[in-house]
Amino acid sequence: MLARATPTTIAVRVRGLSDRAIAWLFITPTIALLLAINIFPLIWAVYLSFTNFRANRPNAEVEGVGLRNYQRVLNDPDIWIAMQTTAHFVFWTILLQTVIGFALAYLIDRKFRGHAFWTTVILIPMMLSPAVVGNFWRFLYQPQIGLFNYIVSFFTGIPPSSFEMLGSVILAPWAIIIVDTWMWTPYVMLICLAGLRSIPDYIYEAAEVDRASTWRQFWSITVPMALPFIMLAVLFRGIENFKMFDMVMLLTGGGPGSTTEVASITLKREAFESWLTGRSSAFAIILFVAVFGLANIYVKALNKVKQR
Amino acid sequence: MSSVNTAAHSVVEPTPTAKRIAGTIVILYALVTMIPLAWIFLTSIKSPPDSISYPPKVVFTPTLEGFCNLFTTRTRQTPDYIQALPPPTGTCDEITRGRNMVIAGPSNYWPRFGNSLLIAFGSTFLAVSLGTLAAYGFSRFRVPLADDLLFFILSTRMMPPIAVAIPIYLMYRQFGLSDTALGMILLYTAVNVSLAVWLLKGFIDEIPREYEEAAMIDGYTRLQAFWKVVLPQATTGIAATAIFCLIFAWNEYAFAVLLTSGSAQTAPPFIPTIIGEGGQDWPAVAAGTTIFLVPILVFTIILRKQLLRGITFGAVRK
Repeated sequence: MLARATPTTIAVRVRGLSDRAIAWLFITPTIALLLAINIFPLIWAVYLSFTNFRANRPNAEVEGVGLRNYQRVLNDPDIWIAMQTTAHFVFWTILLQTVIGFALAYLIDRKFRGHAFWTTVILIPMMLSPAVVGNFWRFLYQPQIGLFNYIVSFFTGIPPSSFEMLGSVILAPWAIIIVDTWMWTPYVMLICLAGLRSIPDYIYEAAEVDRASTWRQFWSITVPMALPFIMLAVLFRGIENFKMFDMVMLLTGGGPGSTTEVASITLKREAFESWLTGRSSAFAIILFVAVFGLANIYVKALNKVKQR
Repeated sequence: MSSVNTAAHSVVEPTPTAKRIAGTIVILYALVTMIPLAWIFLTSIKSPPDSISYPPKVVFTPTLEGFCNLFTTRTRQTPDYIQALPPPTGTCDEITRGRNMVIAGPSNYWPRFGNSLLIAFGSTFLAVSLGTLAAYGFSRFRVPLADDLLFFILSTRMMPPIAVAIPIYLMYRQFGLSDTALGMILLYTAVNVSLAVWLLKGFIDEIPREYEEAAMIDGYTRLQAFWKVVLPQATTGIAATAIFCLIFAWNEYAFAVLLTSGSAQTAPPFIPTIIGEGGQDWPAVAAGTTIFLVPILVFTIILRKQLLRGITFGAVRK
């Protein structure tokens, strides 16, 4: 009864924990878990990157090697080739997904009958497991029996067994780009759609009053106003595809040769097949710094666009 | 006001022709992207010879052979041996004998599927519980360095999984967590909690503070107000977040393939390893894939209104 009579803040302090205690009580478990599962291992990896440790020889003596691992990684031509492969993959997937995704969003925004239903249908591929579905695409890409080759030959007349999407040095990167585009275009589409819907009608009405052509409206209103959303989609896709592992692993495993060996696959080979733990830790940290740095620069650019 | 709106609306409303063209292109795109999924389903009910015929068969006699092969391991036997057996006890038994084989035992599919369920639900429960608490903390209290902490939480998600897996592999080996469900639950919780905090903070920010303040004036403590006022209000957000976490953990492959090999292996690394005699048994793979994908299809339909928020970490809200 006494507590009820006092002002609220004091009442809270009397009957329960203080706000400050609750704030820390609520936040600490999450931070602790991230420290244990993310940060502690990361620090460990930093330490290992300065040693010659090999995980398959836990009893061998561990020696510090200074910066030698970093030097070796940065001077390794294979790793630079893998980085180029990754860049090529990221560039083409993002270009295709942005163009197709934006076009689809623009068309869906015409609000034809049934557009909500078809939007949901289009979204399905991005929710599926890239590994499990990527594995099945291997079947679609089979040269003689695969549906993909059959459809291509049906429309072009090229014999279906004359080309191997996954076995050819030229086609294999495109095989992966096609699956990634199939899977993730809906993602870009969904974000672009939100961008298009955020443009208020009155701007178009004003343009209409000024007799601006549809073409002019598209380039002077639609694209610039949707740009922050497009950039956000590109940022998320860029980070995800830079890390790309599962789909490539299951489609080609990096082959043929090493034509589709993206950075994650090289890292997996060095860490879990060659067991060069120290060296691969150095590579992992270089990759992490690269993603983090690029993402930061990009976020800054994004904020500038938003402020305009 | 309303008359202005309707008059203005007609100016920006696309013409019927534009709508028709847009609709046709979008529907065509949707149908084309559904072909691989339709093919997965069709392959799952084909017999192995039908599945690899040329040209690819669209009309065929459906069979449960793919599902039977998915669920069982089989051994080849002589026709005489099969003749001498008692009559078959089930459909799968009959199909298998038709191929001159007998069922030797269950396959690993259901145990792997069970691992996926256990790990996905376990990690989702933990991530959403921790995430709700942290999100409430960040939403309602002035936390020192809040922006830095939130950015730190998000940045843990930017690391390439293989880069994270190297030290996790060593740490788990040290602590006996390799190839255990507990290890995978903890790992997926850590990955998902960043998404959970970001999404849930958005949802809780949208609940007016006045509700809790009113409850506290009525004599609730802060904890009671959180439990009895905020949580019920946040149910939709929590459910949506949970489904996103569930889908991530369900679909995850990179950590699973590197850190589990036997008893704790989940379905995604298992399904590609399903092989029959003389190579990959595609109907069985397709059957396993179909069963694996159905829950996700259902969840996607439930979630369709929240998808945008989920995939952008709450950065874009409608």
